[in-house]
Amino acid sequence: MTKTVTDVICPFCGTLCDDLEVVVSDDGEELLEVYNACAIGAEKFLHSQAKDRITRPRMRQEDGSWKEISYDEAIEYTARMLTEAKKPLMYGWSSTNCEAQAVGSEIGEAVGAVMDNTATVCHGTSLIAVQDIGIPSCTLGEVKNRADRILFWGCNPAHAHPRHMSRYSIFPRGFFTGKGHAGRKMIVVDPRPTDTASMADVHLQIEQGRDYELLNALRVAFKGEKLPDVVAGIPKEKIYEVAETLKSGRFAIIFFGMGVTQSLGKNHNIDEAIAVTRDLNEYTKAAIMPMRGHYNVTGSGQVWGWLFGFPYAVDLSRGFARYNPGETTSNDLLRRDEVDAVFVLGSDPGAHFPFSSVKKIYNRPSVVIDPHETPTTEVCKVHVPVAFVGVEVGGCAYRMDNVPIETRKVVEPPEGMMTDEEFLKRVLGRVKEIQGV
Amino acid sequence: MAEYLIKNGFVFDPVQGIKGDAVDVAIKDGKIVETTALSSPKVIDATGKTVMAGGVDVHAHVAGPKVNTGRNFRPEDKLFTYKPKNGIERMQGGFSVPTTIRTGYNYARMGYTTVMEAAMPPLYARHTHEEMRDTPILDQGAYPVFGNNWFVLEYLKNHEIENAAAYIAWLLRVTKGYAVKVVNPGGTEAWGWGLNCENVHDPVPYFDITPAQIIKGLIEANEYLGLPHSMHMHANNLGNPGNYTTTLDSFKLSEGIKPNSKFGRDQVMHHTHVQFHSYGGDSWANMESKAKEIMDYVNSHDNITIDIGQVTLDETTTMTADGPFEHHLTELNHLKWANADVELETAAGVVPYVYSPNIKVCGIQWAIGLELALLAKDPMRVFITTDHPNAGLFIRYPRIMKWLMSTEAREQQFDAFKHKDKVIDATNLAGIDRELGLYEIAQMTRAGTAKSLGLSHLYGGLAPGLEADVAVYDFNPNEPYVPDDIEKAFLNAEHVFKAGVQVVKDHEIASNGNKRTLWVNAKVNENPQVMRDVKEKFLRYYTVNLNNYEVAGHYLPNSYVIEVDATE
Ligand code: SF4
Repeated sequence: MTKTVTDVICPFCGTLCDDLEVVVSDDGEELLEVYNACAIGAEKFLHSQAKDRITRPRMRQEDGSWKEISYDEAIEYTARMLTEAKKPLMYGWSSTNCEAQAVGSEIGEAVGAVMDNTATVCHGTSLIAVQDIGIPSCTLGEVKNRADRILFWGCNPAHAHPRHMSRYSIFPRGFFTGKGHAGRKMIVVDPRPTDTASMADVHLQIEQGRDYELLNALRVAFKGEKLPDVVAGIPKEKIYEVAETLKSGRFAIIFFGMGVTQSLGKNHNIDEAIAVTRDLNEYTKAAIMPMRGHYNVTGSGQVWGWLFGFPYAVDLSRGFARYNPGETTSNDLLRRDEVDAVFVLGSDPGAHFPFSSVKKIYNRPSVVIDPHETPTTEVCKVHVPVAFVGVEVGGCAYRMDNVPIETRKVVEPPEGMMTDEEFLKRVLGRVKEIQGV
Repeated sequence: MAEYLIKNGFVFDPVQGIKGDAVDVAIKDGKIVETTALSSPKVIDATGKTVMAGGVDVHAHVAGPKVNTGRNFRPEDKLFTYKPKNGIERMQGGFSVPTTIRTGYNYARMGYTTVMEAAMPPLYARHTHEEMRDTPILDQGAYPVFGNNWFVLEYLKNHEIENAAAYIAWLLRVTKGYAVKVVNPGGTEAWGWGLNCENVHDPVPYFDITPAQIIKGLIEANEYLGLPHSMHMHANNLGNPGNYTTTLDSFKLSEGIKPNSKFGRDQVMHHTHVQFHSYGGDSWANMESKAKEIMDYVNSHDNITIDIGQVTLDETTTMTADGPFEHHLTELNHLKWANADVELETAAGVVPYVYSPNIKVCGIQWAIGLELALLAKDPMRVFITTDHPNAGLFIRYPRIMKWLMSTEAREQQFDAFKHKDKVIDATNLAGIDRELGLYEIAQMTRAGTAKSLGLSHLYGGLAPGLEADVAVYDFNPNEPYVPDDIEKAFLNAEHVFKAGVQVVKDHEIASNGNKRTLWVNAKVNENPQVMRDVKEKFLRYYTVNLNNYEVAGHYLPNSYVIEVDATE
């Protein structure tokens, strides 16, 4: 016999779908099928079943090979490394639950670490822009129930957030949007002809790196002022038309992704996109939302917000929280040789950081906590595999619209494996012992 | 648990009617007891000092999504505020929107031990509870917002009080909420379309209901359930010149309704931050105080309580579920604006704000708040708040006490205004020479608030059997003092006990306490229709499944449930 667990939350992307159905074996040990998830979400669940999964911590030897160690040894190494370092970097946090993030923050406070999450290489610029100008936003249900103008800017949900359009933004029929897709106008701004762009009513194929100009042109167009003939590769008639489309809607929403947060202009682009949204509120109702990537990158920003007051790049090394992106951000610290140990949990800098940063991790005492083998596990001294959050242990996660949802445990982790939270609690206990507090 | 005897302090306890007599207070097993019940107590010599019950804050914004937005989007609010960890004291920072850790410590330092979070969007209840869990020392509860909730709008449109009550009971249980909060009824739903409801008869777009119907219906549903607290109201038209008529119209909706609660409260409506709702005139040029008109009403109707929402003349961060108001504010000051509309439920806005003594309107607002308190005939029904952080910071409560207790302090503030004469002309404060005493302050910050919350069986006084929440202030009311001595002493209590644990000792944080979260579990008769409606709405319009909505008990590691039985 098998059993089906319903209302399961997908711990993959910031869409945080909560309607999955997972079929597990009667003994709760084996996960057999995943329904309702997109391909990447389903894979996340099924991956936990890999037969060659690593289930015990291991330490890199002189010759580069791995030696299995116990959790106790891994805890000892981690606690020593963190307490002995002058300024350890504790990076990641985007693919774990808020409970683990809170314990990790307490460790960071105790050892004077720099706490940073994956926003540092994706929506950190958005967070800076919000600090400049704020953000008129809403929950995804507002989009589902009210929005008739949807603008995707520099993002490709068809691939990166596969169920976003069907659950929230384009297709669903909501309370005031009974016609679903047919009642919505979809606009995509992207230099690439993506699968998302191919679905749009209007695709503005902007010149690479010209986002700020086009956003600014929209603000000009809202006011009916004069534009040059072509802005950012888009003819002015098209810009006036899009401006009119947005203004004439009842509820407009702009979703934006890394195509605009990490291109030329960075946070200034987002400033301007938010200004576009503010301006639109003079004429109709409008909101804007970052398409957050990891399923709980938003949560780590929330946890640090209430504990320290800053959403990322929090430097606790002086005994209090400092925040100065460009100085206290991971890559800047690594490349300036300012951190002397690296702890990674819930992300994969080995795959996403510049090579120069990865080399620095390789040259330092380092621990990575991750259920998977990743490029990061290849450069760290100790690898601690743990249970999958959202599959083998529950816990809170925040969707891209900041809505917190509690993920569910659907199967047992392999015998004897720790969860992130348990491992961190043990490290915190050991840190306190070493420090004699 | 340690026993304590707080000896010989000047005690102010409205519950027992003690007005500054030197009385001993005994603590055992977390409760106040008769002194004869102690065997070998630690003795605290409070000779020449003031002793009161722990403060109870009826309305502050200290945990949840909009508070955290305020923190995260204002790094400048942390400038020069950070305190490193020190012993058991954790790192803390932030001024108008402090971190959870600082929130707990700062309240405790003022002798406050219970604080209510005044607006919890139900969909974000989990977040609110996570923050409260990480706020040390304080007992807390949170009010879910109902005034723009689609279920409520639909039930009340047809005057289905029983259904509305069943829904309220369900939502309180799944969100672990404490009371029925209403913010700009109907207006916040209208804000979903960029609109507003400006008075109690302005219809809500699409829903075919008026704010008046929502207000009256929610009061009735609240009394149907017999909840500990009354309906908690933030009326329409906040912050606009001439709005006092809207406020009076809202008050009047409570007329003829009697409280039905076995928790000891006498009101059916608590109206919050009334300062923002007491404006005359029709523009910022001729805006004036209508505090007298408002207080005439409050003084003559004993089924209403209010809090003042005192402007403290600081830079701060405003935040409210009154979405259209925050948009209005950002249009006014052009500072940054965050907005968060919440599907089927509510909205919120956040905008930084500076209340400058150089601006006439700010001076008038300051005067109105104090007038409300000074015109109160019954201090058990009029409470000190700043609507933290909206009109000012909670750490200014002692400053407000100073202003209320001293005409000299008020004169000093008048003299510091750039437009002193205009402020005096537009208000009545300069003509009021009343000075409140510590007994009245204890009514406005402890006994009255605890009673209004339906918590007088736990907090607000020093009678045996109550929680051992006690504050000792280094302040001798019988010696001469200058006004600033009041602020200094009450900002920095010498000793504070929370449920019998000494959390402040010699002015320093001595324990992170064992905080509790209060919530109300109201039992109602089975209501298949409401449960069907809930299922249906979740299926079709929410983006979170019904089975993922409820806040599980483990988010409240130390929960205190108040059971209510409304099954007849
Ligand atoms: S869209 Fe994202 S959250 Fe939803 S199933 Fe796919 S990967 Fe999971």
